[in-house]
This record gives sequence, structure tokens and C-alpha cells, in this order.
Amino acid sequence: MSAQEKKHNSERLQRIIELCKSVEDKGVDPFAVDVDHIIATLKKCFSDWESPEELALDAEAVQYLASVIQNQGDWVKHRSTSLYTDPFLIEEKLQRLNKEELVRLFTKVWNPIIELEQLSIPSMAEAMKYWNDLPPIDERWQRLDPTQVMAGATTREELIRQKILAEKTFFEELEAFWKTLKQKVGENEKILYWDFVGADTYSETLDNAYMTSFLVTYGYATLKLDPLEEEIFIIPLKEPRSGLSNKQMVSVPISVSHEEWIRWKEENLT
Amino acid sequence: MKRKAYYAIKIKRATQLLFYKRHMKPGVKGWELKNALGSDYPKILKVLDDHLEKLDLQVKTVFEGEDPKEKPTIEELNKARFFITLRGGLPSKDAKMMGWRIDDIAGLATAISYIISKKGKAPREEVDDLLRSKLPGWRVDINLNRYIRAGYLAEDENNMFYLDWRTRAEVDQKALVDLLLGTES
Repeated sequence: MSAQEKKHNSERLQRIIELCKSVEDKGVDPFAVDVDHIIATLKKCFSDWESPEELALDAEAVQYLASVIQNQGDWVKHRSTSLYTDPFLIEEKLQRLNKEELVRLFTKVWNPIIELEQLSIPSMAEAMKYWNDLPPIDERWQRLDPTQVMAGATTREELIRQKILAEKTFFEELEAFWKTLKQKVGENEKILYWDFVGADTYSETLDNAYMTSFLVTYGYATLKLDPLEEEIFIIPLKEPRSGLSNKQMVSVPISVSHEEWIRWKEENLT
Repeated sequence: MKRKAYYAIKIKRATQLLFYKRHMKPGVKGWELKNALGSDYPKILKVLDDHLEKLDLQVKTVFEGEDPKEKPTIEELNKARFFITLRGGLPSKDAKMMGWRIDDIAGLATAISYIISKKGKAPREEVDDLLRSKLPGWRVDINLNRYIRAGYLAEDENNMFYLDWRTRAEVDQKALVDLLLGTES
């Protein structure tokens, strides 16, 4: 199918959606929509749709068509109720009646709500108390001028102490972590993921997992998955890999839950 | 406490709750009545309704969504809103006591009847045109907005009119349609 035809079909679907929407939003007669014809059109176009956007458009059209069918059902249900009257007949009656007749007729079926508003002594007393306790408006709406603070100098050490700055930059920490990985792997080519990130405390384990994710993302290491054994290995690279953007990147979600950490710890202790 | 005295106290409380406006909207929700009167509040309302009948008033229940086809469940009653309304309509000469002009009431009757005939919703433009055939244009907009503010009509973002809570509480829609059709053209 040519791109031109595809564009044409996509526009047809848009028009179908608009038509179905107008039934819902503007009260157009639902039977003005030729459902059979629309279904045939959708069926004809469906085999040509490939991209997710085209399929989503098709699904949207089907959804709106379903709402039209529901409207047709409601219409039939309403016609079968005692409240149904031909709108033209009602309109004609309304046009013919003068306002006095219309009011006489309406007041027969109109039972207005009785509602009273009255102050009571307790509510007056409560209101008086509130008024007496209420501070004057100039006190309540007092403007708070911002306090002026003198600027001063600080040192890097002070900022590190206040945890505003880190002692090492993130990349320095990442490189140090990479060295640790290489040391742990030693002569072997790889190390089990949990043997590397697992630590004495759960919080340390999470820190390790966090840093490991950056090692892999920035090309300092790679992951190897053994689907049969369900094992994940980390392989440190000799040199950080660059130009990763040219390759297809794959995300590997690894759960580091507290239960898994407990299980790992128990297995390691035994 | 004797049964009669118990009901007398509860009916007094129910009367205060239902007659006096407590929120922006009049009426009381079922769950509020349950909190104030106890779980047998439907029975208390029934006794109150019997008392009110002598005064041509009634306890009116407006359910959320459509009216239940069978006897309402306690959950449906808890979600419903209860009002005190007139029971048998009012003489048309007294309609002006409501503070509305005859034009306003005729316009309201027209708008409600037209929306009922259109399956409960109609575009503002159509209702507007219908009212303009008998009312001056400047008055139509004022009136339509007044009906919305009072809770007779609701309007959505597509300028569609629906019947709102007050119409459901005050107007017997079926009787209105029957009366209209029964008039001689």
C-alpha cells in the first residue's frame, strides 16, 4: 500500500472518530451513523496498519463506534419507556400553548422544595464569640518582610561536612568501584551479580547495585545472562567502552529486594 | 424510653434537618440522616411523611442516578438526598409567590419539557431558539443561567443541557409530558 493511500485511510478513520464523537458530544441522532459501513471500512483498512500509532487509531475508532452502538441501545430503551414522546410533537405543543396555559399546566406537576433559613440564639452566640476572638484585619494580613541575611564565604570542606558537596566526584567514585570489581573478578573472567553487589547490610547492597547499574550503563562492565541457570554475571571491561549509542541498548531489570538479599545472605553463610 | 416518645423526638429532629438549609444545596443526604437519627431513619421519615400529608407536603427522595425499579436498598437510600416538597402542586396564581415572573416559569417549563423529549439532554442552542420564539433574546440568556444556578438545568463543556437535581426533586416528569400531550392543539 502506498504512503498516499495509507494517509488517505488514516484520514478516513479520523473522520469516523469525529462523527462518532459528535453523537456523544453534540447529541447527533445515533442512527445517523451507518455502523455496518464503518465496520466494513475498519475491516478493510485493518490489514494495512503496521505501526503502533496506526493500530491505536484503529482501536480508538472501534471504541467510539462501540459508544455509538451503546447510544443506539439507550435510544431504543428510552423509546420503550413511558417517558418517550416524539420531540417534534412536544415542540409543537410548546409552540402552541401560551405562557399562562403553560404555567397552569406546569404548576400542577411542580412541587417546589421547602427550604428555610433562620438564625437561632445558639448560632448568634457562637457567631458573637467568633467575632470577639477574631483579630483585626490589619493584624491578620500583616506583611512579612523578608529578613535580610548577610552574604559570607565558605570552604569546600564545610560544604562536604554539610553534605552539599561530595568528597569525590561521581566519576571518581565510579572508577574506584570499577577497580574493586576488577579486583574481585581477579583471574576469572566474570563474577556472579549477587556475589559482587551483596554486602553485610541491605543498605550497602543497594548502594552497590546502584553503582553497578552505572558501571554497565557507562561501559565499564557488561552483564551476561544465563537463561537456563537463571544466573546473571558481571564482566568488567579492560577499558571503558565508548560509542555505545551506535549499538542497540537493552535494559535488564534486576530485582534487589530485601527477601532476595536475606536469601543470598543465608546461602552465603552456609 | 417509650416507643411513642422515642419517635416523637426523632421526628422533631428529622423535621429540623429537612426543613432548614444546612449546606449550599437544600436537602439532607441519607447517610447524614442515618448519623443523626439512627439506622431506622427510613421508618422515621415514613412517619414524618404521614404527618406532612395533612399539610400537603411530602418527604421526597432523589436517588443517585436512575430511580431503583424495586424497593430501594439501604445503600441506595444512604446515597440518596431527601427534601421536603409540596405534595399536590400549587395553584398557578400562587406561582408568583415563588418570586418568579410568569415568563420565567413558562420558560422553565418549556426548557424542561423539551429536554425530557430529547432523552434527557439537548444542545443549549436548540433550547435557546425555542425560548427566543416567545421571550425577548436578552431575557433568554438571563433565564437559562438562572435555571442552571438554581439547579434545574446543568450544562456540560459541549454546551449540552441536562436535567439537574432540582428538576428531579421538584418536577413529576412523566405527569408533565402526559399533561402536555393531553392539551388540545
